[in-house]
Amino acid sequence: MTAAISTYASMPKPAARLATAPSLEAINMTKRFGSFTALDNVTMEVPAGQFHALLGENGAGKSTLVKCIMGFYHADEGDIRLNGREIKVGNPKDARANGIGMVYQHFTLVPSLTAAENLVINRADAPAVINWAAEKRRLEAFLETMPFRVPLDTPVSALAAGEKQKLEILKLLYLDQRFMILDEPTSVLTPGEADEILGLLKQMALKKEITVVIITHKFREVTQFADAVTVLRRGKHVGGGLVSELTTDQMARMMIGDTPIRATAERKAVPHDKPVLDLAGLYAEDQEGLPAIDGLNLTVHGGEIVGIAGVSGNGQSELVEVLSGQRPLQDGQITIHGQQFVPTRDHYDKFKVFGLPEEPLRNATVPRMTVAENMAFRAYDKPPMSVGWWLTPGPMRARARELIKAYRVKTTSPESPIENLSGGNVQRAVLARELSGSVDVLIVANPCFGLDFASVADIRAQIMEQRNRGAAVLLVSEDLDEVLELADRVAVMSEGKINYVSPVSATDRHTIGQYMAGH
Amino acid sequence: MTDSALATVLIAMIGGAIRVSTPFMFVALGETITEKSGRINLGLEGTLVLGAMVAYMTSYKTGSPWLGVLGAGCVGMALGALHGAVCRLPRVNDVAIGIAMMSFGVGLAFFFGKPYIQPTAPRLPSVPIGEWIGAPPALRVALDVNPLFLVGIAIAIFLWWAFKNTRWGLILRTTGDSAPAARAMGIPVDFVRFLATSAGGFLAGVAGAFLSLYYPGSWNEGLSSGQGLMAVALVIFARWDPLKCVIAALLFGAAGALGPSLQSIGITSGYYFFNAAPYILTLLIMIASAGSKRAMRDVPGELSMSR
Repeated sequence: MTAAISTYASMPKPAARLATAPSLEAINMTKRFGSFTALDNVTMEVPAGQFHALLGENGAGKSTLVKCIMGFYHADEGDIRLNGREIKVGNPKDARANGIGMVYQHFTLVPSLTAAENLVINRADAPAVINWAAEKRRLEAFLETMPFRVPLDTPVSALAAGEKQKLEILKLLYLDQRFMILDEPTSVLTPGEADEILGLLKQMALKKEITVVIITHKFREVTQFADAVTVLRRGKHVGGGLVSELTTDQMARMMIGDTPIRATAERKAVPHDKPVLDLAGLYAEDQEGLPAIDGLNLTVHGGEIVGIAGVSGNGQSELVEVLSGQRPLQDGQITIHGQQFVPTRDHYDKFKVFGLPEEPLRNATVPRMTVAENMAFRAYDKPPMSVGWWLTPGPMRARARELIKAYRVKTTSPESPIENLSGGNVQRAVLARELSGSVDVLIVANPCFGLDFASVADIRAQIMEQRNRGAAVLLVSEDLDEVLELADRVAVMSEGKINYVSPVSATDRHTIGQYMAGH
Repeated sequence: MTDSALATVLIAMIGGAIRVSTPFMFVALGETITEKSGRINLGLEGTLVLGAMVAYMTSYKTGSPWLGVLGAGCVGMALGALHGAVCRLPRVNDVAIGIAMMSFGVGLAFFFGKPYIQPTAPRLPSVPIGEWIGAPPALRVALDVNPLFLVGIAIAIFLWWAFKNTRWGLILRTTGDSAPAARAMGIPVDFVRFLATSAGGFLAGVAGAFLSLYYPGSWNEGLSSGQGLMAVALVIFARWDPLKCVIAALLFGAAGALGPSLQSIGITSGYYFFNAAPYILTLLIMIASAGSKRAMRDVPGELSMSR
């Protein structure tokens, strides 16, 4: 009866206690899922103590490669060599035993456990009865040797994102996993925190204490911290080498290949002095009844994009939900053109408010309804799509065909369920629905999250076009580069408030980062 | 109402709280273990009733009430194990299975229990604590406690300690709070939940033994009257904390003793209304805890009510 548990307890300790950084080679790795080849004869070599970046667009095979190394997948072909010796990684436990660890995009810490409990329970040889006094002493001693520390007795759910990320990394070091794979580790951090953590890891790598593979989209992090890169595209190794010998342009070209990229939309000089959307003293609560939006004031003028930057979890999602009627407003007033706006369907039509929320498949579509039906959400109850109480499928389908063509939505037919479309195409379909009429106010949240380069350029151009036509655009994005590229003015959101507003031309990344951290 | 009558009511309620609370306590502690692992077992009402019947039958046949307690625990564990085993199948909902298990347990108990309604089985002894400490005679009856009450408190203290200070405790909480994290650690999530549900079933079975072998102390079909379900509500009220489970069980016990103790001083009007006190309490607790967002912060993250 206790078999499975005792297997867990007797899990191999990190057998070879690697005091120094290991080297790792993944050689000629191939992984097929049915007829689809996710990874095609890819080789990645990471010498001991290197800070190695793994680049590629979504779906290029980066996660497949690291999941093969971590033992989640079994590669169909190829070898993994640790310190020159071939190793078999059949499951994540084997990877662990070999000192290979990974920090996932979604934290694998247990929220209700404290930092100390999280560290101890992750140890393979956690004692049956834990002597906390002794463990705490040992943990303190361990933290003394580390470049950063976290409060040990706070439940993880109460830690800030940056502290959680540090704890994830401390966990790997505590378990003596000195080959560490980091999957987009900085997406939840402020630029300052990201630089701090990556800088400290870089120093440890330079001292040959750890070897790091980092999966990232951000060239800034590659050029600043990485020694070498491996670039993947469509499952193939398309380039790599020392960062010092490559330009970002070359790396970008390797990532995208020959796909034509729509040029960045021109920012036309439009007068933007007329306030359109005005948010005054907004208050809203999160799921647990704590203030998520805490006295927020912001004005967006016609013909401008105001970008809200901030570390995720500072009330941005809640703000978008309030504006789209998904979350009740506790207090405050939303006005458009000086008239009170209540997020209802009537007011959406009356004030010409349109939106592209984050995760559109979840927030802006009914996944199992067809593309045509989803595209008709804003107009199905108005002629020509309806006659009195009755819907008329003909015009609905005809309209969908027009939009699919105009916005280049790739779908087998207007009748297929929208959930079958790829992320970029769902995004385009929703944009088509929202932008096909005349737009006064546009609310966009993380519009390019997880999309490939071509879709990103396309969608950003559409947003810019609406601005040029005179719409007031509120852009909420966790990607600071996106805000800096698109916005006319940047507003920083921290702890439910806007604590900094500035024209983009009059500020810089460092200043914004300071305000993102709440200073 | 005179002072002495009030004192009588209070003493009767304290005695009642101690007597009536024990099954609540055991079921609630069992459900706490199960829910801490990330699963809800609503079937404990069925486990309770079947446990009561098996305990009575075993005690009648063997002459040993303690063997009855053991038998009830084992049958409870078997029902819990069945729940745990069915729930590890893909796309099975633990709440639905729990309701099915409730009917199953009650049905089995009624089916096999028919011949044992009439005969009298040996009952569990009580510990006369009142006599030992030389309490006034009025209090002595109230302080005649069953050893299971003390065992229940000991289990609660042990669980409270073990959740924090043992590897098993941490594994259980990890499984209940974040299955992906548990899997990344190599913890067999389904197996932990299977064990937790079985352990919860054992305690609920023992609770049934208390019902048939001590208070009220006989086997009949109306024995439990929903106490197993109320105990599940009680776990929410106690916010998954074993020590608070004890306090909540005492509160429910006192509420349950309200009707009989008022009757003992001659207040008979509204007898059925006062007897309904625990049910009304359950309802109020459910409304209060549904309204309070803060209470939901202690919910194990994997529980289907929090997702």
